[in-house]
Amino acid sequence: MSESLNSRLELVLSAIANAATLEALDSERVAVVGKSGFLTEQLKQLGKLPAEERKAAGEQINQAKARVLEAIAERKQTLEESIIQTRLASERVDVSLPGRRAGRGNLHPVTQAMERICSIFAGLGYERVDGPEIEDDWHNFEALNFPPDHPARTMHDTFWFPDGRLLRTHTSPVQIRGMAGRTPPIRIIAPGRVYRSDSDQTHSPMFHQVEGLLVDETSSFADLKGTLATFVRTFFERDFEMRLRPSFFPFTEPSAEMDIGWAKEGGQTRWLEVLGCGMVHPQVLRNCGIDPERYTGFAFGLGVDRFAMLRYGANDLRAFFENDLRFLRQFA
Amino acid sequence: MKFSENWLRELVEIPVGLDDLAHRLTMCGLEVESVERLGTQLDGIVVAEIIAAERHPDADKLKVCRVSAGGGETLQIVCGAPNARDGLKAPLARVGSTVGSITIKSAKLRGIESNGMLCSGKELGLDADFDGLFELAADAEVGQPLADHLGLPDAEIELGLTPNRSDCLGMHGLAREVSAQLGSRLQFTDPQAITATHAGTLAVDVQAPADCPRFCGRLLRGVDAKAKSPRWLSDRLRRAGVRPISAVVDITSFVMLELGQPMHAYDAATLQGAICVRRATPGESLTLLDERAVTLDPEFLVIADAQRAIGLAGIMGGHATRVTLDSRDVYLEAAHFAPASISGRARKFGMHTDASHRFERGVDPRLPRMAIERATELILQIAGGEAGPISEAQSIQHLPPPRSVSLRRQRLRRVLGVAIDDADVGRILRDLGMQVETTVDGWSAVPPSSRFDIAIEEDLIEEVARIHGYSKIPEQMPRGEISAAQQPEGRIAPSRMRDHLATRDYVEAINYAFTDAALLAKWSLAEGGIALANPLSAELAVMRTSLLPGLVAALDANHKRQQARVRLFEVGRSYHASAAGTREIERIAGVACGDAMAEQWSDARRALDYFDQKGDVESLLALCGAGINEFRFENGGPEFLHPGRGATIWRDDVQVGVLGALHPRLLKALDVDAEVHVFELDLERISQRSLPISGELSRFPSLRRDIAVVLSDEVRFARIEAAVRQALGDRLVELVLFDRYSDKNLGIGVSSLAMGLILQDRSRTLSDQDADHCVELAVSALATEFAARLRG
Repeated sequence: MSESLNSRLELVLSAIANAATLEALDSERVAVVGKSGFLTEQLKQLGKLPAEERKAAGEQINQAKARVLEAIAERKQTLEESIIQTRLASERVDVSLPGRRAGRGNLHPVTQAMERICSIFAGLGYERVDGPEIEDDWHNFEALNFPPDHPARTMHDTFWFPDGRLLRTHTSPVQIRGMAGRTPPIRIIAPGRVYRSDSDQTHSPMFHQVEGLLVDETSSFADLKGTLATFVRTFFERDFEMRLRPSFFPFTEPSAEMDIGWAKEGGQTRWLEVLGCGMVHPQVLRNCGIDPERYTGFAFGLGVDRFAMLRYGANDLRAFFENDLRFLRQFA
Repeated sequence: MKFSENWLRELVEIPVGLDDLAHRLTMCGLEVESVERLGTQLDGIVVAEIIAAERHPDADKLKVCRVSAGGGETLQIVCGAPNARDGLKAPLARVGSTVGSITIKSAKLRGIESNGMLCSGKELGLDADFDGLFELAADAEVGQPLADHLGLPDAEIELGLTPNRSDCLGMHGLAREVSAQLGSRLQFTDPQAITATHAGTLAVDVQAPADCPRFCGRLLRGVDAKAKSPRWLSDRLRRAGVRPISAVVDITSFVMLELGQPMHAYDAATLQGAICVRRATPGESLTLLDERAVTLDPEFLVIADAQRAIGLAGIMGGHATRVTLDSRDVYLEAAHFAPASISGRARKFGMHTDASHRFERGVDPRLPRMAIERATELILQIAGGEAGPISEAQSIQHLPPPRSVSLRRQRLRRVLGVAIDDADVGRILRDLGMQVETTVDGWSAVPPSSRFDIAIEEDLIEEVARIHGYSKIPEQMPRGEISAAQQPEGRIAPSRMRDHLATRDYVEAINYAFTDAALLAKWSLAEGGIALANPLSAELAVMRTSLLPGLVAALDANHKRQQARVRLFEVGRSYHASAAGTREIERIAGVACGDAMAEQWSDARRALDYFDQKGDVESLLALCGAGINEFRFENGGPEFLHPGRGATIWRDDVQVGVLGALHPRLLKALDVDAEVHVFELDLERISQRSLPISGELSRFPSLRRDIAVVLSDEVRFARIEAAVRQALGDRLVELVLFDRYSDKNLGIGVSSLAMGLILQDRSRTLSDQDADHCVELAVSALATEFAARLRG
């Protein structure tokens, strides 16, 4: 390489290394390898050299150009990196600040329990059905085998309307409505609000039940036990001691109440009553046009509010209907 | 039904302890509600007599007693009880015995030696009401262990009996059930007949034999009505929750508890002429034992003498003819009343008595004569007197006939899902007092006359299962056909709507379905409200016609508890009187107040307005998927909304809901100190959705042109959008309103609307000329229809 080319090259490389901005770098590029940059000019002059020198001179110039281009690329990368570093530094946020509109409401605990119950039974093939809350005496009582003035009616403190209709005291009328429109095999589940004229710490004049009914040619008390045990274990995701106690409902025979062994206290099991159930009374089947000799069925009714209280550890039923946000938000 | 454990143990062999007994009762269907143990810590406590009680020389309230503790032993005891007196018999805790947690020692009280403690009922856990010494009977044997004297330890067991088990409302019936359950022996016999020692009777005329198929009466003369019940009798009553009164009255109560047969005793001197059982005459009046005066009608059955009603049959006796301490001659009554003749009658007067409780459920028709004999035996023994012959009037044809009920082996197995050994079935039915015969395919059983609840095969199946033990029936899952539950995709499930609102920052509330008529009136929502006949209170008297009044009340309660921003929703029904009866409409409603967003650091605070909540509603409606334009929002909602900021929401020609700010007048009337926005939608009408259908996408690019037009505020945006869409047809794929403002430079009553028009064609790329042409069409349509002008 010629002396002059060499010293010029050193100057250029130093200028490139010192270019402070991308713009300055680019003007160096133009000055050296641009249309009229000095290396470009030198290449243009090659033709004037004697043929035997041309090759060597050309190689020298190309080597110099390669070094320059390499230096420019290197410097460009450095400058770009520094620009992005500056930008990133200026764009830094405190990631621990709260995000926008993160607020979310939530469902009522009774709704949560009710949906959970219905979805478990949906998985067992039960169809969800519905019925009116303002009922007539036939569906709420008579068809369910409660004769007028029967003492069993006194277990149902009833809200009446002046025309003799009433607010349903249980979801069992949906059994009657469900059977009337269907032919066995029947598997239905009926969630809803029910009403009793009773109010204290453990009673609310309005509460929630889920009624279940299965009618087919083979159903038995053993099936009822299996179904309820499966349900309760699935709902609470726990294994329990369970027991069925003989009880009385006019619309089932045999009838039972189910207790679960909620906890052990000093070696004693604390039993909690969770639902009523039984084999559908033949007269109830007959009232719905189903032949009790051919078909048997079982039915159960459970208090959703009670299940919600047990599941979520609430201890005052009335708080469920006071709608205090501080209370409700606990169930998010 | 409450009773003493010791009493039951006398009547039937019970080879198990109290806990086990209680468990067995519960598990055979007689639910034990509570067990109270009595006198479990009476070791070292004896009956003692105060020989002399003298004032303590150095303390006004203390007495120094010389106490005989039996065996000739006399102790000096210092005692603070006000009723300590000479001759009183009271419990003594000897030195070394324990009362509660205190061990009794010899001590000096104010300088005087005391060797033991005389006890109150409270200290011994026997009687919580009285602080003085527990007074024992004058004939109590001094030195006898107190527990023996009082028949302790014992327990009060309370059963929550279901209405079918009236047979267990008497100790004999209960004992029979326990004997079947435990397979153990009964230890009582039927009462002995008492021979008459005088011939006096009252004639009995049963005019209503279907209501009263059996009536027994007996005249007792020369009874000492002042006699008191002996301790064993009054203890049994007390432990059954009955307050002792006098021997004669107590004995009728005792027989009712023992046999289950309610009885009544009249002062014979007050009765005039024959005893008659008949329906009351219209307007007939009677003053009952509790001095309540009732006016009757023929629905009620009465016991009467020749002059007047003397008792409300099966419910309560009359006041004028009651036994008093001065009575000499007593007339005893025990009758069988048909359940249907008594049912519901007491409730008509808000009454519920031991008698009505039993007769409504059914009392064994075999019992009246036995009850009279048993009561006579006890009265003669305790209060003296002479018994006359029993007069009995009966109508066999009206007595419940013995029924034979058959039980098929196959049916038993099918209903229970498990086979039970034939021998066990026969034994169980017999142990329950049934007459059992085997038949070709099973059994036939005649239940005892005390069981009113056994009429069909299933009743026998329950009896067998109950005594066999529900716990021995296996658990299995039902076999059989399962059909797929319907899952209509054209319906949005309420659960999705709930989830959606929760995502939009609403918390779910649940309100009572009944509310205050006055509250509905404030909302102008009283029309069509259905009132309850027997509400709990005026606040819960009418079925709600909308979810909003309750939700706003809940919002207000929270707001008054320092919650500035409240957002609640509810899914539930409203109830409406209609020509066809009643209508129940499933609704979804929401209420909100406070800032649009929860308080935060980044954006400026802004109060919630109509458009915030409209956004919530629109996003909910968008679940229907068919495009929001299917729903229309029209100005002017119901009266409770702000007239300028209230809307009705329509789907085609059907109104589906309302939305808007509450009317300031209503807020004032409700004393709500916040701007409240509400919406309420008919769930059914917004839940139908059409299935999405995929179409072909345009392959050509879209163009955007923005226009700004000035037009009158009277023109609603929905019409402007419709006019533009009409003018541009399919080429307009989207219209975005991106600015709206007004100021005085524009003019009064006008606004500038800036809209972006996104244009596209399915068959070719649109040119700039095409786009300009579209803008011209849009502007000219707006100019023609609404006199709009382009903003310069």
